[in-house]
Amino acid sequence: MFVMAGVPFGCPQTSTSLRQHPDMAHSDLEQRDLNSAATSHRGDRVFSRIVTGAAFTSLIVLAGIAIFLGVQAVSAFQSQGLDFIFSTGWDINTDPPTAGIWGMLYGSVLLAVIGLAIAVPVALMLSIFMVFLAPQKLAAVLTNLIDLLAAIPSVIIGLWAFYILNPPAEGWQELLNQYLGWIPIFENTSQNFSGTPFIAGLVLAIMMIPIITSISREVLSRTPPDLVNAAEALGCSLWTMLRYVALPYGRGGIVGGVMLGLGRALGETIAVFFVLKLTFETNWYHIIESGGGSIATLIVSRFGEVSGPEELNLLLAAGFFLFLGTIGVNIVANLIVARTGRMQK
Amino acid sequence: MSTAEFEEVAMMESDLLAARKTTPSELRAENVSVWFGKRKVLENVNIDFPKNTVTALIGPSGCGKSTFIRTLNRLHELIPNAALAGTVLYEGKDIYSADVDPVHIRLQIGMVFQKPNPFPSMTIRGNVLSGLKLSGMKRDNHDDIVEQTLTAAGLWTEVKDRLNHAAGDLSGGQQQRLVIARALAVQPSVLLMDEPCSALDPASTLKIEETIRQLSKEVTIVIVTHNMQQAVRVADNTAFFLAQENEPGHIVEQGLTTDIFGQPQDQRTLDYVNGRFG
Repeated sequence: MFVMAGVPFGCPQTSTSLRQHPDMAHSDLEQRDLNSAATSHRGDRVFSRIVTGAAFTSLIVLAGIAIFLGVQAVSAFQSQGLDFIFSTGWDINTDPPTAGIWGMLYGSVLLAVIGLAIAVPVALMLSIFMVFLAPQKLAAVLTNLIDLLAAIPSVIIGLWAFYILNPPAEGWQELLNQYLGWIPIFENTSQNFSGTPFIAGLVLAIMMIPIITSISREVLSRTPPDLVNAAEALGCSLWTMLRYVALPYGRGGIVGGVMLGLGRALGETIAVFFVLKLTFETNWYHIIESGGGSIATLIVSRFGEVSGPEELNLLLAAGFFLFLGTIGVNIVANLIVARTGRMQK
Repeated sequence: MSTAEFEEVAMMESDLLAARKTTPSELRAENVSVWFGKRKVLENVNIDFPKNTVTALIGPSGCGKSTFIRTLNRLHELIPNAALAGTVLYEGKDIYSADVDPVHIRLQIGMVFQKPNPFPSMTIRGNVLSGLKLSGMKRDNHDDIVEQTLTAAGLWTEVKDRLNHAAGDLSGGQQQRLVIARALAVQPSVLLMDEPCSALDPASTLKIEETIRQLSKEVTIVIVTHNMQQAVRVADNTAFFLAQENEPGHIVEQGLTTDIFGQPQDQRTLDYVNGRFG
């Protein structure tokens, strides 16, 4: 169609006459940029520049943060070497200060895993209830309530967890220890059940549930009626329909929702700060034993009383790894969503 | 279709019917009325589906044909606010009586929908066997089931080398035959088809019709169709549904397909089968 752009109207449009037409010698020069026509209106041009600019701003901010944190990380590596990642400890009284964030890195992941283990089943069941079981009005009310839950500031959740959730949660952990203590993760030798990774994970779960629920609900409610009909005509139960039709169909979206929740959990700072006893020892798997780690909480708890530029530098370097982790989770989430999206096509 | 062709088909049909007339009824609707909320959409439908016959339900859009066949395997009740009066007898027993498990009914009375709807997350083979998983039915020799049902649906030779490919890779007509194979894998004795060819091209339509004729040796088939030639080509019996404006649909006339198309008793049937409205 571009080649024909130089041909005057009324010209016989057979292929031979096109080739012989004198204008065609310059056809390359005369191709018109059809796309520019769409934005030729002045207002449109201005608008499209503003929008493009805004889009690039987010990229620039992202790059700015990455570079800033990356530079800090380099100097932290220069003073600490690889021990900065693979050892655990924080001593600012030595010169230079010695710091290792392994326990914190690992702790962030452990808390997120505990949170996911609680949040994913709850959120899935909630969304299944809302889409397939609840009467429409109840589902609408629940949807709004859950969206409200997502809007609660994390500092409020942290305070609530500290004062309200913590006391009964200690009792729950005692029960877990009493009846399931033979499973290594539920061991507790100190009988101190406060400030445990379990409670922090529970708080993270409360914060992840709204995100995962609202995305899963959206995805499940888009299960094509055709497929549900087909399953019903084949004598499905609700469970088999979910297992073989709705969940496989929504898998990409649900995984995406879980990853978004995970992103929030890894970066969550204040709520965890309230309920987790930060310790500079790696708590590998004793999830109901007092003490654990979290990068974000490390940063916020040290930042206020930071001893000097060297420690600040170490905290920023720790932030770089948090940044890498959350970016990594998001990239993986996008890859998974894109891959399952293609399979469904 | 020319008159000569029509008569030829009609003669074939009447030969077949002579053999079938005495077969016992497998599925039977008595005084079935249907509501969506307060709106009555079907009134007093009485119809018999003899064993191993093909029955076409014809009539203009919105006269309740699709709704009606969904009452025959208890899919209708899954729609919120749907209600029903009357009786549907399957092998002499009311399928709506309290002690009947709807899942059991849906397995005995399978269904093929208007739009091909294979499960996109499953392979071709997985789709054929999906009914077993969904219903929890146990059957051995899955390989044999896959081959038999795909053969019966006229799809085996086209897909036998790519059973593990995604079902979405098939053409629309192939998908519809895959869906038929899927319905057959749970061994239904009745197959309901809701305009199975309306989304397909003519070549695929002919293949499906061929499949229907083959299947009718073993399965009782009820097919909703807007294509009157299709009714003539595949159906032993035909029922003509009609809904006057703002009134529930009902059966105007039913009987042998040859009679409905050759010598209808009701003027409205005559007008409809001759394409004067619809």
